[in-house]
Amino acid sequence: MKISMDIELKDIPGQLVRALKPVSDFGGNLLSVLHQRDKKTPSGRIPVQLVFEIEERRLDRLVEVLKERGVNVARIGKERLKDSMVVLLIGHIVHSDVRETIDSIDSTGFAEVVELSLSMPAVDKKSAASVTLSAIGKEELKEALNILERTVNKKGIMVISSV
Amino acid sequence: MKTKPKTVRISIIGFGNVGGGVAEAVRRKREEIERRHGIDIKIVGIADLKGAIVNENGLSEDAIMKPKTRRKPEDMTSRDVIKEIEHEVMVEATPTNVENGEPGLTHIITALESDRHVVTSNKGPLALEYSRLMELAAKRGKELRFEAAVGGAMPIISLVRENLAGNGIISIKGILNGTCNYILTRMAEEGLPYEHVLKEAQEIGIAESDPSKDVEGIDTAVKLVILANSVFDMNMTYEDVEVTGITDITPDALKLANDAGYMIKLIGEVDRAGGLKVAPRLVPKDDPLNVGGTLNVATIKTDLAGDITVIGKGAGPIEAASAILSDIIRIYS
Ligand SMILES: NC(=O)c1ccc[n+]([C@@H]2O[C@H](COP(=O)([O-])OP(=O)(O)OC[C@H]3O[C@@H](n4cnc5c(N)ncnc54)[C@H](OP(=O)(O)O)[C@@H]3O)[C@@H](O)[C@H]2O)c1
Repeated sequence: MKISMDIELKDIPGQLVRALKPVSDFGGNLLSVLHQRDKKTPSGRIPVQLVFEIEERRLDRLVEVLKERGVNVARIGKERLKDSMVVLLIGHIVHSDVRETIDSIDSTGFAEVVELSLSMPAVDKKSAASVTLSAIGKEELKEALNILERTVNKKGIMVISSV
Repeated sequence: MKTKPKTVRISIIGFGNVGGGVAEAVRRKREEIERRHGIDIKIVGIADLKGAIVNENGLSEDAIMKPKTRRKPEDMTSRDVIKEIEHEVMVEATPTNVENGEPGLTHIITALESDRHVVTSNKGPLALEYSRLMELAAKRGKELRFEAAVGGAMPIISLVRENLAGNGIISIKGILNGTCNYILTRMAEEGLPYEHVLKEAQEIGIAESDPSKDVEGIDTAVKLVILANSVFDMNMTYEDVEVTGITDITPDALKLANDAGYMIKLIGEVDRAGGLKVAPRLVPKDDPLNVGGTLNVATIKTDLAGDITVIGKGAGPIEAASAILSDIIRIYS
């Protein structure tokens, strides 16, 4: 899942590296680091905003390690899935591993398949599905659609997206 | 003070649905056009595969209606009419050919080289040789107009280039093929399969006996190329368009779309970054692009005026003739 985290560092060299290392140690994938050297907190620390993806179950342990290293964790935010779109699929959807199709989106960490309705006509006729994709932002939603298109095009499934 | 109307002599090359529609529209509107616009349109030559008739003083209605009075093509070809009969505007309405643009391409080049303006409904030459034809027209100081080629009666080319001049155009998307719109609308309304509705459309003359150009999205793609070149100054050809047609759309898909609040429409889309795409798309039911039957529609996204949507009849002889007449009048205003 995608996490945004505000941390506060002591104003001595080497602190940023000290704070970022545990994130990668826990398998996290840093997406952005905003280091505001010219700003200071009232206690004289330097605020830094991090955005990273990490497995949810590892988050608590990461926060502990950061604290052990003298990093203040001021705020943790889970990025919510706030943008959605409906797309339609036509083809042999079930017989082409629908689970894998869904996983291709869910495994991104920034988007999910939140709804899927399937219609199944007679055997070996093409079926249709409407799929609702949700993502944490507009760009991510577009990327999720690209991933979906790439995944199903290989399976001969047509994707009908919204205008 | 009443000024003398300007006589505008025209030839009609290709005298089928559209060419005949132009003759009919001129017959009905001639007086009104003279009164309102000060131009007197005279048809001085007509040619198609059956032959040609000409009269430099203007053909009578009788002569136009009677194919038997025509000269055989061996005696007088359509090129002869274009070259040798004195006139101001050549109306080109022969069949669209997207392989090599002929015979329209030769007709248009011949007319421009003979210093005639050209007004056409024929998409082939424009989709294949747009910049070459425009350069030739400019060199000759003549106009080449083609409102009827995209969207039939629905104004789009002049709307964007003239009425919206000053706006940056971000994208144009819409339904540019009435046959596909009819088929998808009927499938959605009746829950009928594609093959069934196609047959019905063929029976009532909305789809051709070989429907492939329409249902495979080729016709829409060709119109998109014309929009890209004329509105966005691009230099595109049919090869540059990513095209998917409607033949794989199923009633189930339409039903699922409906349940989610959408219709499926064949949408052509061109944006200023150079993306040209024709594909079935989900259109929200409350979107202005959701028009039914054989209607055409286009939404033009502009930087100043916001979104503008036009809806109109995309096909039909008189509808296409309406666009052709407007083009002729615009040359002289
Ligand atoms: N129909 C519409 O609603 C519509 C709307 C917008 C644009 N358009 C475009 O307008 C054009 C005309 O459409 P249409 O429906 O009128 O087609 P149409 O009814 O098939 O008419 C085509 C005409 O062109 C003639 N022709 C064919 N080859 C010729 C040649 N080598 N030299 C001279 N004449 C030739 C045909 O003669 P014969 O009859 O002797 O074969 C016929 O008179 C097409 O390019 C079409 O894409 C049509």
